[in-house]
Amino acid sequence: MLLHDTLSMALRGLSTHKSRSFLTILGIVIGISSITLVTSIGQSAEGLILGEVQGLGAQNVFVIPGREPSGPNGFGFTILDDSLKERDLEALRKKSNVPDATRVVPFVFGPAVASYGSEAFTATVLGGTDALVPLYNLDLSAGMMFDDYDVRERSQIAVIGKDVAKELFGSSTAIGEKIKLKDSSVRVIGVLGDKGQSPFVDFDDAIVMPYTTAQTYILGFSYIQRIAVTASSPETMDAVVKDIEATLRDMHNITDPEKDDFFVQTPTEIADTFSTITSVLTLLLASVAGISLVVGGVGIMNIMLVSVTERTREIGLRKALGAKNNDILLQFLTEAVILTVAGGILGIAIGLSLSYFAAFAARTFAGIAMPFILPVSGMVMGVLVSAGIGLIFGLFPARQAALKSPMEALRYE
Amino acid sequence: MATPIIEVRGLGKEYREQDVTTVGLASVDLTIKEGEFVAIVGPSGSGKSTLLQILGCLDRPTKGTYRLAGKNLTSFSDGELAQVRNEMLGFVFQAFNLMPRQSVLENVKMPLIYAGVPEPVRTQRAQAMVDLVGLTNRSDFAAAKLSGGQKQRVAIARALVNSPRVIFADEPTGSLDSRSGEVIMRFLQDLNDQGNTIVLVTHESYVAMAAKRMVSIRDGMIEEDRVIDKRRIIAEQGFEK
Repeated sequence: MLLHDTLSMALRGLSTHKSRSFLTILGIVIGISSITLVTSIGQSAEGLILGEVQGLGAQNVFVIPGREPSGPNGFGFTILDDSLKERDLEALRKKSNVPDATRVVPFVFGPAVASYGSEAFTATVLGGTDALVPLYNLDLSAGMMFDDYDVRERSQIAVIGKDVAKELFGSSTAIGEKIKLKDSSVRVIGVLGDKGQSPFVDFDDAIVMPYTTAQTYILGFSYIQRIAVTASSPETMDAVVKDIEATLRDMHNITDPEKDDFFVQTPTEIADTFSTITSVLTLLLASVAGISLVVGGVGIMNIMLVSVTERTREIGLRKALGAKNNDILLQFLTEAVILTVAGGILGIAIGLSLSYFAAFAARTFAGIAMPFILPVSGMVMGVLVSAGIGLIFGLFPARQAALKSPMEALRYE
Repeated sequence: MATPIIEVRGLGKEYREQDVTTVGLASVDLTIKEGEFVAIVGPSGSGKSTLLQILGCLDRPTKGTYRLAGKNLTSFSDGELAQVRNEMLGFVFQAFNLMPRQSVLENVKMPLIYAGVPEPVRTQRAQAMVDLVGLTNRSDFAAAKLSGGQKQRVAIARALVNSPRVIFADEPTGSLDSRSGEVIMRFLQDLNDQGNTIVLVTHESYVAMAAKRMVSIRDGMIEEDRVIDKRRIIAEQGFEK
């Protein structure tokens, strides 16, 4: 029997019961569409995060104190670790140590309640230098940024985020006003423009000030929590990482790299971390959706069994006319696979539409620049999985059909 | 004399359901030669249908041997028997057994699909058979829309399309009015006159008299096997076009 005949025979068998065929595949449609939706949104979220990380600049690396986290417990320690000091910063700034670094920016950060008059707001204090502006592409909507002088002098001044300004000052001017931060007061010299969530920092909620000021008056420690180093080009990044490691090991008297009390994180690594998280989440959600596929498969099997019983005479006739067991098996298996693949394709179309709408809604209503990514591998998987379900759940009914005796099948009323 | 096409010796069939054994066919010896037109007759329950199903390779005997065109089919697998049915046998059933939604032409094509005959030969051969049974202008009609007599002609066209060695007809007039039944019998006679071997099962002796030889079955045994002396020649009525 020719392949073309098998296909047209199966299609004809299905077209006899159009509405039943459609209802049969609903389970598969729902299953595949939810899987497509979940994986598509997962990929979009990943794309969003990767975009953000890349927005930070592919040339930036972060020096982080403590040992490189190897498990879920590792993260807490890095924040508390105090291995990076002012002199490390100075060493990294020396051209002779890290020749390809164009910018070295220290970070300190921590939450603090800011108040002005009767208004209070829990903000993130971010201490750095004026190099934060080029590093994060910051825009000031009013006032100005602090400079090196303020860093040296520990000036009690700050540039506040958009939301901080709104919460504390409403529509009145913030520039020149003094806000209370912990037990100190700082003068607002600038307000940031609309920036939103950047990697690690939400500048809208932040109070940016010289890191020396933040250390002395707000956070109460003298170490540095992050050092951002910008390489002169993506090509020199590896050299920069090596130089940073050599310099800091030298400063900390470390000979065994296993005993490093710092680590250097590249944008690729950051992206990898986020990718892992989103992938795991996506997989988890997709497997939940996968359960509905099994339910759908059982539905297919059920209807196929009914269909095989109903068509006993047809099976008998085909056998009488020379159909072999395999011809019958193939016919019913093809019907099952066509059903499930049709369901899969429909499900993919629905899932993609929903995820496109979700991305659109995120952009329009939530202001999140979520891209819509066509999950090609997910689509291929969806079709393959639905075909597989057809094969698995169609096999039993198809075997029942194939094993019918031609004579009994003809006699069946 | 013509060579034997069907030879059965000691053929028997028992049905076993739980502990009860029913004898469908006790022991049958029968030889049918090429070009014969044999009517197997008997009351219901006599075993005539069982015999036809075994001869038609739709069922297997529980004892005895069956040689078809010199081949011993006793040890044939299901797949080999399917091939025998496809290449050597043609069937006409009482209930027509057409695919109701398919066209006349498609119904006639079906054995050729399983024989792996490619297009356009398939259509040519099927169309030739449809023409032969006088349904040329009904080729594209869905089988369900035809009259009983027309349906049975489609079934005959389908039985002939693979040029079978033997045509089995199981009560071919059983679902037809007498005039349509006559047309079908006349057509079977014509086919036989052209050299086709036909084995007919019927419980109506009137129908059986159209054959050349009558084998009577009772209680699973051959009771009588005789040549029909005064064969009932059915007048040419022609197919309604």
